[in-house]
Amino acid sequence: MTTVDDGVLRTADGVPLKRSLRRATARRRTRTFMLVVPILAFLMVTFVMPVADMLFRSVDNQIVSSVLPRTTIAIQSWDPLSEALPKEFVFEALVLDIQESFKDKTLGRAGRRLNFEKTGMTSLFRKTGRRAKLITEPSYRDQLIAVDKRWGELDTWKLIHRESDAVTESYFLSAVDLTFDESGDVSWKVEERRIYLFLFYRTLWMSALITVFCLLLGYPVAYLLATLPTRHSNLLLILVLLPFWTSLLVRTTAWIALLQSEGVLNDLMVFIGVVSEDGRLQLIHNKIGTFVAMTHILLPFMILPLYSVMKTIPPSYMRAARSLGAPPFLGFLKVYMPNTVPGIGAGCILVFILSIGYYITPALVGGQTGTFISNFIALHISETLNWGLAAALGVILLAVVLFLYFLYDRIVGVANMKLG
Amino acid sequence: MKRLLTATALATGVAFAGAAFTAGSAQAVDLTIVSWGGAYTASQQKAYHDPYMAANPGVTIINDDNAAEGLAKVRAQVESNNVTWDIVDMVAADAITACDEGLIMEIDPDTWLEPAPDGTPASEDFFAGTLTPGGTNCFIPQIVYSTTFGYRTDVFEGDQPSSIADVFDLEKFPGKRSLERRPINNLEWALLADGVAPADVYGMLSTDEGVARALAKLDTIKDQVVWWTKGAQPPQLLADGEVVMASAYNGRLFSAIAEKNQPIAMMWDRQIFDLDGWVVPVGVKDLEEVKKYLRFATDTQRLADQAKFISYGPARYSSAPLVGNHADLGIDMKPHMPTDPNNAATIFDFDYVWWADHRAELDEVFNTWLAK
Repeated sequence: MTTVDDGVLRTADGVPLKRSLRRATARRRTRTFMLVVPILAFLMVTFVMPVADMLFRSVDNQIVSSVLPRTTIAIQSWDPLSEALPKEFVFEALVLDIQESFKDKTLGRAGRRLNFEKTGMTSLFRKTGRRAKLITEPSYRDQLIAVDKRWGELDTWKLIHRESDAVTESYFLSAVDLTFDESGDVSWKVEERRIYLFLFYRTLWMSALITVFCLLLGYPVAYLLATLPTRHSNLLLILVLLPFWTSLLVRTTAWIALLQSEGVLNDLMVFIGVVSEDGRLQLIHNKIGTFVAMTHILLPFMILPLYSVMKTIPPSYMRAARSLGAPPFLGFLKVYMPNTVPGIGAGCILVFILSIGYYITPALVGGQTGTFISNFIALHISETLNWGLAAALGVILLAVVLFLYFLYDRIVGVANMKLG
Repeated sequence: MKRLLTATALATGVAFAGAAFTAGSAQAVDLTIVSWGGAYTASQQKAYHDPYMAANPGVTIINDDNAAEGLAKVRAQVESNNVTWDIVDMVAADAITACDEGLIMEIDPDTWLEPAPDGTPASEDFFAGTLTPGGTNCFIPQIVYSTTFGYRTDVFEGDQPSSIADVFDLEKFPGKRSLERRPINNLEWALLADGVAPADVYGMLSTDEGVARALAKLDTIKDQVVWWTKGAQPPQLLADGEVVMASAYNGRLFSAIAEKNQPIAMMWDRQIFDLDGWVVPVGVKDLEEVKKYLRFATDTQRLADQAKFISYGPARYSSAPLVGNHADLGIDMKPHMPTDPNNAATIFDFDYVWWADHRAELDEVFNTWLAK
């Protein structure tokens, strides 16, 4: 048996040790990876793909080009700034498209899509669809305008021209209260229709305030939980968790029963004479309702991370501070609090992010002044079927969350966060 | 104890075998029918589903209470080519949208549906225009319901609210009101209360000035309004004494008044009719079974039967004379129907087509107004 002595360490069968080691770790890595493949695949299919699909809808704009294919091509030759109607062959293409899509029952889709941009398009397309089969020979232009004079208006054609691209920015513009004006430039919507920026703003500041309330209420509770003897703290912990296990709807409805003007709290105040019978306070169906119910519902998400961090702070730290001459409050401020920052960060970010996406509680107790942007996303998903706008609002919300997370990372550091 | 266990096991075994046998003998069919839940689904269960399943032993009807998300879910199912719902209960406005989008099937009433007992074809037996709301033809109406007002009978002395103008009259009838948090119906009522003739309402709302006028009228009561979003809220708000009057679906008010004996009365002036009916998603798995069920469930007698359980008016002319007494309370249901001549004297003619055009714009205007 000959041994090669070239200074390389080898295993018993002559393979260099380095390579053998690499092979072994690679094998282990593949094995670990194979173990998480099922959950990764599951997340891909049930979470990443649907979310990506929904986000794509915020720019997807294939309705007009698929329902009106001939028109989409023909209208490219038309200059929307020319102040003249498109040529006869564009009208002919449109008539053929409308006849065909009316038969296939797809015409309504295009009408509803365009109606998001310009009021009246739904009925214009429906009306034209019913009558278009009578138009069989030139002049297509005159006959279409005879069906409805809006076919003779430049605005209608500009709209079709603009929305015949496969992607659109109009959902995003709409989501921040912008629109295209007559000359095709981006401009603010009329004041009566500006709603979304205001709602984003309201969602953010109300969520921030709810986070602050949760912190103020949760911090002492978590402190108590962490410092009491286990016997007592376990009972307290169950009290914290109990509402957590109760149905969300039940808790929200309970707040309605408590806070409404004929409710328990108002009855009590009238009874002890704090307010008069006619002066009952409006505590629900407004911002107060949202603040109270949301703070209560999200409180456990603040308390639990705080508690888990405080539990790890040795009591000897405070004793050391005292022995070095710090009065109790200063010691708490200088020694104990800095140690709880990871918990504060985790709790705040959990509560804040949950809060800006909350839907059902603001819908039930928020009235008109306490509703969030999520309520409008729900409206566009389930009632108006404007999924593009809903997706655009969702993307913006997601971007805001990611931006705030990034800010948090820069200021506090995500590595400092402790979730439990 | 052991003997008891053996007996139970045996009985279970026999029951399973029996079930397997009946399922095997007739062809087993599952129909998933989506409706609104609560008292409404219960009325459909008793009037349609139970008798149908009794007559067709192989059929099992599965109730799904997700009609509130019907439009969005039908779209999701059709777009992903995975239609699991067979029949969906929708309001007419949603059916128009779904039909426009090509999500639900077109329906030929005379081949799909049973004629009236006297031989009148279905297309003429349903209330005029209800088979073709907004010019679409995908909808089979079951009931006419109305959005109208209820008020507390123990609050006002002397005159009680009797007209739509009273809803906006805070001097004569002080107190909180509840309205639905959306522009539909509220803008119409505001203009009517402001003295606009019913025929001019939509013409006026088509202009910015008209919308501004309606909102200005709503402004006069805005700080006294509690806005509702779910049908169950207004009867509850009235029962709790939170508001003195509220717009609500008439069946919900009937239930609070007649079944729960709350001190509430109906105010039918300018009630707004709406329709609720069946639609079939495109790509449904077993169309023949669906058609068979629909033919049965929408015949004259079945529609009249539903009115025994809930105070919504059947959508067929031939059903109206067959409407009888409430199944449990024994009271005559006719005077509680929105279609009863005494209640329907001043109905307001709702315009679906107009709203299909203006919904997107006025939602924004209305919500901006609300937020101010």
